[in-house]
Amino acid sequence: MLTMTHLAKVYRTELVETYALRDFNIDVKPGEFVAVTGPSGSGKTTFLTIAGLLETFTGGEYHLDGIEVSKLDDNARSKIRNEKIGFIFQAFNLIPDLNVFDNVDVPLRYRGMKADERRRRIMESLERVGLAARAKHYPAELSGGQQQRVAIARALAGSPRLLLADEPTGNLDTQMARGVLELLEEIHREGATIVMVTHDPELAARAQRNVHIIDGQVVDIAEEPRFHVQAARAASAHT
Amino acid sequence: MFGYYLDLALRSFRHNRVLTTLMVLALGLGIGASITTLAVLKLLSGDPLPQSSARLFAPEIDPLGKDSTTPPERLWRDWGNLMTWTDAMNLLHARAAQRQAVMALTQTKLTPQAAGQHPFYSDGVMATADFFGMFDAAFQYGGGWSAQDDENRAHVAVIAGFLNDKLFGGKDSVGQIVRINDHDYRIVGVLKAWAPQPRFYATSLGGRGYGNGDAVFLPLQSAFADKMNPQNVNCFDTGIDANHLDTAPCAWVSLWVELKDAADAGAYKTFLSNYVAQQVSLGRLHHPEVNLPNLMGYLAQQQIVPDDARLQTNLAFGFLLICVVNTVGLLLAKCLRRSREIGVRRALGATRRSIFAQFMVESAMVGIAGGVLGLVFAELGLFAIRQQPAEYASLAHLDPAMFAVTFVIALVASLIAGLLPAWRACVVAPAPQLKSA
Repeated sequence: MLTMTHLAKVYRTELVETYALRDFNIDVKPGEFVAVTGPSGSGKTTFLTIAGLLETFTGGEYHLDGIEVSKLDDNARSKIRNEKIGFIFQAFNLIPDLNVFDNVDVPLRYRGMKADERRRRIMESLERVGLAARAKHYPAELSGGQQQRVAIARALAGSPRLLLADEPTGNLDTQMARGVLELLEEIHREGATIVMVTHDPELAARAQRNVHIIDGQVVDIAEEPRFHVQAARAASAHT
Repeated sequence: MFGYYLDLALRSFRHNRVLTTLMVLALGLGIGASITTLAVLKLLSGDPLPQSSARLFAPEIDPLGKDSTTPPERLWRDWGNLMTWTDAMNLLHARAAQRQAVMALTQTKLTPQAAGQHPFYSDGVMATADFFGMFDAAFQYGGGWSAQDDENRAHVAVIAGFLNDKLFGGKDSVGQIVRINDHDYRIVGVLKAWAPQPRFYATSLGGRGYGNGDAVFLPLQSAFADKMNPQNVNCFDTGIDANHLDTAPCAWVSLWVELKDAADAGAYKTFLSNYVAQQVSLGRLHHPEVNLPNLMGYLAQQQIVPDDARLQTNLAFGFLLICVVNTVGLLLAKCLRRSREIGVRRALGATRRSIFAQFMVESAMVGIAGGVLGLVFAELGLFAIRQQPAEYASLAHLDPAMFAVTFVIALVASLIAGLLPAWRACVVAPAPQLKSA
């Protein structure tokens, strides 16, 4: 589904070259739920923005769903973003001028879908996240958890092959975070491929696989969640 | 997608009412000022006879005495196609053009036949028969008079529609008698509304450059025989006998000719040169120079458009430019405020082109709203101009063409204003916009 081979991202100035990613290798299989972890400044978000075709890279190869994306122009990259990728951001990134229905509608508009099909998909997505009754509300009228659910509905509406989540619970309290995480797990169980960037060990522990990044390189790929495995097991033993 | 962009633009306006109002107001003021001055300039410098102006020419000669040192170009700028009766009649009778007409202006005293109506003065034109056909004057009733009527000094008249309304209640008055300067004239035609602007034929004859049409049209020889006084007489010798203007060294009639094309105009100019050369050899004329501008060339030569009209138009368009720059600033501010939205849209699949189109549609909407407001301001501006004492003031109106020009200017101005913000919007890098909380 997502394969990066010897990928590099370099920021150049006249004086210095800064590697955000170097010799970066990762392979995410269809249907996997992968958590990408690492300290601040390690390159997690750079990886995610490159994975989501929001930034270009300076070396290596990146295949997304079988397509080598390095040579694609803006139109082709936008089309792939629209059709194959769903984004979930820490800050929700809903458009404040649009109500819930219209926010979910945004990616479908750029796909050129007919109105009936768009309406059906929007309502299905909102029902999926339990917010169909809030379709006419504006983001400012919703709680943080509800806003993130709308963002998930927006990501799901286009039936993407890959969900990219950047600290999806970072702006939520514990209860809301749990709800969102359960929703992501449910989506994964239904077959979605999810790559989630997080610095929260508890959240990472819920993924199928952890990828740890330090200084722009993958340093360890664990088949099992790397962090707090014991703690998670201990927690489950107590219950 | 266009409908979607329109919907987004309307939503954006609703959510940014103050900013949108400022932009529309800025464009509206600029467009209103530009259209007001442009409408006046168009009125002043327009083509009075668009159908035939290219075929109408004003023969100009230099009738001044042998001691004159006035350069002919300066004379023609001041006198235009004014010439003596003798030269005008010689050229008229030579019939070297397709059509030709000699004319002068006069003030006529009209005495209504109906009881209870008092005599009044009206603007009159003394002309020869081709005047109406050459100058596209269409008839409501009847027609013009013939060249034979000219030579016979027939007492026939053509009156304007508005005079017919006044004297005969708008009925067909052909055959009726109208008393002019104590002479009876039989009406042979009633004109439809006819008032070319500028009044090109009147400028050298002492008439107004703009304004309502003339009321009465009489055969030149008949009116001259009835002692009707021309409005503008320029004499260039001493001891003039004002009672014999037909032989006096005075220029007071003008000649217009109709020629079918440039080749014809070249041939006529040669004819005119030959005529003047012949008169010089006879000692009647002393300067061989001739000129033959067409109608629009003649208006340019006469500098009929006031300088301040052009200045005002330039200033108004300068003001519009300032308004557009102001709108660019406001649109740019609005665009930068929406960087996060742009980033989100890009992440969700919008191409750069989509973002550019979205912002350009928004700018165009501002332009259309600015155009509507500009029309209101232009109507107010033209209303203010109509209250001024200038001779063209009462004619200052917005015609359909200016109405269309308003929206073209509004759209072009707003699209130009929207280019930079739309470009800035479409090059916004999405990733940084999405990172921040």
